[in-house]
Amino acid sequence: MDTVLFIIFAVVAIVCAFNLVLQKHPISSALSLIGVMGSLAVLYLLLGAEFIAMAQMIVYGGAVMVLFVFVIMLLNAGSEKASSKSWFAQLAGLPLLCAFVAVLGFFVRAAMPVLRGVRFGTWVGGTAERIGQVLFTQYLLPFEVISILILIAILGAVVLARKEID
Amino acid sequence: MLLWYFGHMPTTYAETWFPVLIQILIALAVASAMIGLSALLGRHVRDPIKFMPYESGMNPVGNARERFSVKFYLVAMVFILFDIEAIFLYPWAVVYRQLRLFAFFEMLLFIVLVLCGFFYIWKKGVLDWSSDEQRRQQREAEIRRAA
Amino acid sequence: MNFYIVSLIKIALVFAIFMTTLAYLQWVERKVLAHIQSRTGPLRVGPHGLMQPLADVFKLLTKEDLLPPYVSRFFYLLAPFIAVSLALIAISIIPFGPEIDVFGYRTYMQISDVNVGILFILAIAAVSVYGVALAGWSSNNKYSLLGGLRSSAQMISYELPFTLVIVSPLLLANHLSLRSIVDSQAGYYLGFIPRWSIFQIPFPQIFAFIIFMIAGFAETNRVPFDLPEAENELVAGFHTEYSSMKFACFFMAEYANMVTITCIATTLFLGGWHPLFPAPYSNWIAPLVFFVAAILCFIAGVQNVRKRDRYTFPVFGIAFLILAAIFAVPLFWQVTMPIFWFCAKVGFLLFTYIWVRGTLPRFRYDQLMKFAWTFLFPCALINLLLTALFVAVF
Repeated sequence: MDTVLFIIFAVVAIVCAFNLVLQKHPISSALSLIGVMGSLAVLYLLLGAEFIAMAQMIVYGGAVMVLFVFVIMLLNAGSEKASSKSWFAQLAGLPLLCAFVAVLGFFVRAAMPVLRGVRFGTWVGGTAERIGQVLFTQYLLPFEVISILILIAILGAVVLARKEID
Repeated sequence: MLLWYFGHMPTTYAETWFPVLIQILIALAVASAMIGLSALLGRHVRDPIKFMPYESGMNPVGNARERFSVKFYLVAMVFILFDIEAIFLYPWAVVYRQLRLFAFFEMLLFIVLVLCGFFYIWKKGVLDWSSDEQRRQQREAEIRRAA
Repeated sequence: MNFYIVSLIKIALVFAIFMTTLAYLQWVERKVLAHIQSRTGPLRVGPHGLMQPLADVFKLLTKEDLLPPYVSRFFYLLAPFIAVSLALIAISIIPFGPEIDVFGYRTYMQISDVNVGILFILAIAAVSVYGVALAGWSSNNKYSLLGGLRSSAQMISYELPFTLVIVSPLLLANHLSLRSIVDSQAGYYLGFIPRWSIFQIPFPQIFAFIIFMIAGFAETNRVPFDLPEAENELVAGFHTEYSSMKFACFFMAEYANMVTITCIATTLFLGGWHPLFPAPYSNWIAPLVFFVAAILCFIAGVQNVRKRDRYTFPVFGIAFLILAAIFAVPLFWQVTMPIFWFCAKVGFLLFTYIWVRGTLPRFRYDQLMKFAWTFLFPCALINLLLTALFVAVF
């Protein structure tokens, strides 16, 4: 059953990702991205990373995408218009894309260790407890640095929007 | 016999999520049934007046999709950042009794750093939704005084 | 295989009860509001308007289903779909009672106990913003867009104190699974004070409970935080352009979210299914309550002036007597007692929701946002840090 679910949600993720690129209207693209996030969360869940799956849904599916949707609604962004296609893009687009994916795949394959088969639901390191134990002892410094990152992001957001407020 | 007896509790990881999956399917089915049934059973009478956006009985004015205050964008942005902070609190709460005061102080440091940002946006007036209006009124009053 | 069959039966049972509750919550709300305002409320359809929910469903189903030409059709239909389907999912991880034996089948009184239960609820709450935002945007109406934007900004603003304040009882329970959270609240101090989170040493979570309820009111767009639906300024806000069952979808979602939030409040703060005082005595509360209700019904039936009530009140009385009899059988206690206490707490909180609606006026929008960010959020953080300090030291 796990394998079936994996295939279903992997397909959903890929279809949503394609839809994201192909759709003309930004809201459709944003919703497709939410679909991608959701199916990724399910894939994490299948792998046993429960906490990550839920965090993915809360932070990406909820917060980040709400910002996207807000910006689209606020700016009243309409459908994008197809620009005049260059003959080069039409002619060489697909072969170049294939070549790019092939090269990328080669390097990823070379950089990664030898792949092992995944058994769904056997990994138990994804619970909130395990993550907490590791995060608050071994990876304490990165965790504290995150707070500084958040602080900088807050300042950045305000500074960027400042012009609009005044 | 013992296996039969304990066979009703979820044993594997997939089995704990299976009922949730079924519930999700049922919820989707009910939602589509509600929307589909009303489209099937309801009357459909076309009328140009009825097919106008509702604006309290007046003829619609202008475009409905106006641009809005940047405040909404800022709230969403700030929400993301604090939401990331909040999500870290959950694994922290789970292991809290194992680490105790150590965990308390590391989270205190984290929260204090993020709170600096919070007070910054507070002082910058991002959280104050009425300030736009006040500022506009002030400006109008100044113009009136000058005139 | 047995596990799957038992699960399906449980889901069917819970879903049927849940849907009935949703239908009758509307009736209860109208009745309670009416009595707060010295009216009688629904009275015509069936005795005391008891058939009103059924009539409403038929009315809404047969009403004209408008699909205006100026809306973004796909998103316009998707919005109520998202709202209602997400609202119906959360019930699947709420624990109603302990592990029980029924005909030798051993099972939880809960559809499923997932390890990250409380995060699952938060994930659903996070995504359900889209229902409102899309409804407002796709309707292509000024009121709708304003309502949708306001509502989604409000929902994310109150989600923050909501998310933060849940952590405080989790510090006491040290678990994310809802069942473990309830289990950690079992037992009594000094033999009579329940160990619920709101009473639990070292730091009682009473403030957390209040903040949770306030944020919960705002999350479900209820009075006094019902600005997105403000009838007199936004003509119902994000669902202005919706009709018939699509309109009802939003209402159903609102009521379902209300039930979910009260269930979570019960689970986190009020000890879930654990009774207010220790077992042998508390078991007699339920039959006693129903017996008193039956007696009151009989008395009302004798006294009442309305002709019809001379027949309906005794029937209600008999129904309550039967309930009292069922709850008095010790054989059923393992099932009936947790359900009674859980439902009593949830019912009380739901009543509070309606009570507040009948009592309080509406916020202004800038007050509402300011309240969330500059009052609730710091309060939740202070409560969290105090709880953490007390737990660490003691």
